[in-house]
Amino acid sequence: MPEPILKLRGLTVEFATEDGVVHAVTDVSYDLRPGEILGVVGESGSGKSVSMLSVLGLIPVPSGRIVGGEAIFEGEDLLKLPDDRLREIRGGQIAMIFQDPMTSLNPVLTIGDQISEAVRVHNPQTSGDTARTRTIQLLELVGVPSAELRVNQFPHELSGGMRQRAMIAMAIANDPSVLVADEPTTALDVTIQAQIVEVLKTAQRETQAAIVLITHDLGLIAELADRVVVMYAGRVVELGDVFSIFDSPRHPYTVGLLSSLARLDTDKEWLEPIPGQPPSLITPPPGCAFHPRCTQSQGRAICRTDVPELRLLREGVDHRSACHFADELASAGTGAAGARS
Amino acid sequence: MTDVRPPADVSHEEPSSTESHDLSLSYESGVEVKARSQWAYVRMRFLRHRLAVVSLVALILIALVGVFAPQLAPYGFDEVNFDNTTRSPTFEGWHLFGTDQLGRDYLSRVIYGIRTSLWVAVFVALLSTALGTAVGALAGFYSGRVDNLLMRFTDLVLTLPGLAVLLTAAAFFGSGDPLEIGLILALLFWTSIARIVRGLFLSLREKEFVEAARAAGAGDLRIIVRHMLPNCVGPIIVNTTLVVAAAILVEAALSFLGFGIQPPNAALGKLISDGQGEGFEVWWLVTFPGLVIVTIALCINFVGDGLRDALDPTQRRVRA
Repeated sequence: MPEPILKLRGLTVEFATEDGVVHAVTDVSYDLRPGEILGVVGESGSGKSVSMLSVLGLIPVPSGRIVGGEAIFEGEDLLKLPDDRLREIRGGQIAMIFQDPMTSLNPVLTIGDQISEAVRVHNPQTSGDTARTRTIQLLELVGVPSAELRVNQFPHELSGGMRQRAMIAMAIANDPSVLVADEPTTALDVTIQAQIVEVLKTAQRETQAAIVLITHDLGLIAELADRVVVMYAGRVVELGDVFSIFDSPRHPYTVGLLSSLARLDTDKEWLEPIPGQPPSLITPPPGCAFHPRCTQSQGRAICRTDVPELRLLREGVDHRSACHFADELASAGTGAAGARS
Repeated sequence: MTDVRPPADVSHEEPSSTESHDLSLSYESGVEVKARSQWAYVRMRFLRHRLAVVSLVALILIALVGVFAPQLAPYGFDEVNFDNTTRSPTFEGWHLFGTDQLGRDYLSRVIYGIRTSLWVAVFVALLSTALGTAVGALAGFYSGRVDNLLMRFTDLVLTLPGLAVLLTAAAFFGSGDPLEIGLILALLFWTSIARIVRGLFLSLREKEFVEAARAAGAGDLRIIVRHMLPNCVGPIIVNTTLVVAAAILVEAALSFLGFGIQPPNAALGKLISDGQGEGFEVWWLVTFPGLVIVTIALCINFVGDGLRDALDPTQRRVRA
């Protein structure tokens, strides 16, 4: 197994708000391996974006605070790096694709300006001509037609799909080794989503970057990801390769997620929602944060008292679950098998 | 000013106007609206504001008169002729605005006055804009303690009784050098722009494209200068034009009170103050420089008004 390119260990992030301290991310550990696509799923507020943003030093200060943990990238702990060093890494070795291309591009600068800026921030000696040539190359790579014309256009002159392509071009401008895609298709039409997925694949082929794909779209995960991290209430609840997760989920939350999915290949009349509400992150439930909504717990005491550890389920298989009764799920059979077609 | 969309404006077009015809040409193959740059729309909207366009033309003419004063003025601004004092306006010798107590040609003095007054006003506007923008940008971008410090200082300057400070400063340093007057005025005029820019920056810093720029590795300075300032250009330009108008008036008031530009330099306010002692019989000494001041100030305000409408795409009101 190759050495992970990015190792998160015990990452804990808090936000101070007027209502109290929000425990946005608690004790999150996972590895990102070179060249893989790692899907990070979870509902809104589960901490999936915040964990990556804090690694890059992008959470708002002073309200946001990294309480503990480390993020090892190429032998360095990103959480301890001085700001100027971290700035070199941002957009250089680790680049980010944002959710909403409508608002993530500067409305008063041309597409070309913004992409070539991404190049020149990290290579200040690049001449204007070189940067422009590279910009056009990048735009062609992400499938923007008549790129020589598009470079001179402003964001409002481009469609949503084209803007997201431009965002991706900007992100891969410096050949990053890690690409963080934060809900890259959420703000787009369904038809455009499929195209952007293709562009992401192309981008990965081209840069050989490892991609952290943050999304709540399980379909996108099934389509793209090699491995999956499932997050709930700021913690990792299940982690494994995409086949294990989809075929034999071992955490009741993952099971719930998969069975709440609308699918065309089954004949279900109704979708099965997960009962209850996501917990407050200011006063998370004691023990396993999922226990109030859990169908597996059945009121057993340990769920209310002990925080389950994320443990390896079987030696030699890359599949971990943070459920006290993960083994019961193994025999239960979940009906979610074959979700990945 | 992010989304400038043509159709909304098209509907407001008078059917007879020429612009609407021009717009219909911009539909290519009947499907796609021709992409225009933001500035093209701004220009379009500004040109529709007739009063602003007329004012702009007038201003340009007045400014040209000021720039080419030595070439245009029939006499020198301090050319004395004791045989021809306090003449009312006449074609004889082309004393169109008459002459003053020392027989100086008043048209020439007004022309030179325009030159001095405009120069001071533009200098004040540019300097105070630069200063105010810098203060506002830093305050808005860093917020917190920096913001508090800079804005309380701004409040302090705002609460100073302007005219009293001006008079004191002018009397204290006063050599009547236009550059000095300009500096003093600029040091009082930067506050409004600082507040505007701070407000804009406070909202801009929460925008996603700023976060995206940060994620791309851009430093603070680059984000401020390249990503945020261009988004404030509209309000800054509008405010700058208004400062020009205000500076002209205040400089006139200062000179009128005798603390501004010193003789024999001609500034518009100074000319009025020179003329006012002579009573109503020599009306031309007060009237002509007064008219010029009013015209300039009005024109600048109209241009500022037009610019504000043109730069603000959410404003749908169409002016005649």
